[in-house]
Amino acid sequence: MKTIQLPIDEKTIKTLKAGEMALLSGKLITGRDQAHLRFAGAIKKGKKLPVNIKGQTIYYVGPTPAKAGEVIGSCGPTTSRRMDAFSPLLIKKGLTTMIGKGGRSKETIAAIKKHKGIYFMTLGGAGAYLSKRVISAKVIAYPELGPEAVFELEVRDFPVITAIDSKGKNIF
Amino acid sequence: MITSKQISSAVSGLCIDANLKLRPDVVKALKDSLRKETSLKSRNLLSILLENCAIAKSEKIPLCQDTGMTVVFAEVGQDARIQGDLTTAINKGVATGYKEGFLRKSIVADPLLRKNTGTNTPAMIYYDIVPGKKLKLTVLPKGFGSENKSKLYMLNPTAGYDAVVNSILKAIKEAGPDACPPYVVGVGIGGDAAKACYLAKKALTKPVTFLSDKAHFRKLAKELLAKGNKLNIGPLGAGGKTTLLGVNILSMATHIAGLPVAVNISCHSLRSAHKNLQSS
Ligand code: SF4
Repeated sequence: MKTIQLPIDEKTIKTLKAGEMALLSGKLITGRDQAHLRFAGAIKKGKKLPVNIKGQTIYYVGPTPAKAGEVIGSCGPTTSRRMDAFSPLLIKKGLTTMIGKGGRSKETIAAIKKHKGIYFMTLGGAGAYLSKRVISAKVIAYPELGPEAVFELEVRDFPVITAIDSKGKNIF
Repeated sequence: MITSKQISSAVSGLCIDANLKLRPDVVKALKDSLRKETSLKSRNLLSILLENCAIAKSEKIPLCQDTGMTVVFAEVGQDARIQGDLTTAINKGVATGYKEGFLRKSIVADPLLRKNTGTNTPAMIYYDIVPGKKLKLTVLPKGFGSENKSKLYMLNPTAGYDAVVNSILKAIKEAGPDACPPYVVGVGIGGDAAKACYLAKKALTKPVTFLSDKAHFRKLAKELLAKGNKLNIGPLGAGGKTTLLGVNILSMATHIAGLPVAVNISCHSLRSAHKNLQSS
């Protein structure tokens, strides 16, 4: 199985084919519905985003609270399709890598193909298992959103399957 | 007398238990499907799902980060004596369970204003008055990835058996890879629109091997299982033979002009727990 360092460079993105499994290590940011809504709102108003999304990896997750002494709680993916209203815009602004679960819209697939991005799926409903692959977590934006805040996570050997590759090939 | 304190403490325990320990019938269904699955990738994914259950249980980490909207079925014996306000006691139990169990608070007070209540309350409580002195509480934490795939079909009364099968299959196909398959499909047939949806959800509290309590609906459930497992959705959408873990159907009388069919899909992380409290 391929092991991949985050952020993924353009060359590596191009080598990944739909259906291929891989293990990711490095830093990424999280974001789900409300963060996407705010990112898109800021972009449309020409405002600066609170985090850099260029070349970034975004993971659609809202974790459970960490117990004392733990890095993070349960942290599996949420349904990606709900981000489709915002993803093409974020991809256009430089976001390259998305991690979630389930299928994507035609528009998101087209944006991935056009801008040479990639969409990974990970294990929906395996939040306890995936929590063991996260080695650090901190809130970096929108703390008032609670579980929907934007975190920076560092992951080690985080399992994914390439669901949509840079050619727009889709496993679903 | 059943006290508010007993009720709250039962509910808080059930919230935590349901979220940490996958139901034994669901674990068994996952293990059985692993034996039957032939796709290597899907076998691998199913094994990880089973490993997830083991980690959740031993390390007390919720099975899934979506610890759900707390659905509570309360069967209230009409001779039970309950001290204090039952709804308040249930909600207090939910708030305590979600805090002490480090579960995610996923409820917003208003669907448009969207401010998190911070306690995972209010719970969605369904009361049923039954004979006897017992209070039976069933907690079903329902994740919204799968709840969003719920469907209600108001079919024509003459639509018949095949239309029912096809509607339910359509709902499963529409859920596709999105709602963490393999699925357990709760189906409610008959009643009015609201009752059909209620039955579909309640069907998820039955063991995954339940099928139905009526012979003709058991046949229908079996047919759905066979057809659903040929859809090649597979574990987490990766393809294979394992799309459904179970189909449970509850039914009731309906109107001469209609045939309501409600579908409430559950992901593989079908969580519920129950407890009986007795009036002394
Ligand atoms: S659909 Fe179920 S398993 Fe998947 S994220 Fe939601 S609650 Fe968890």
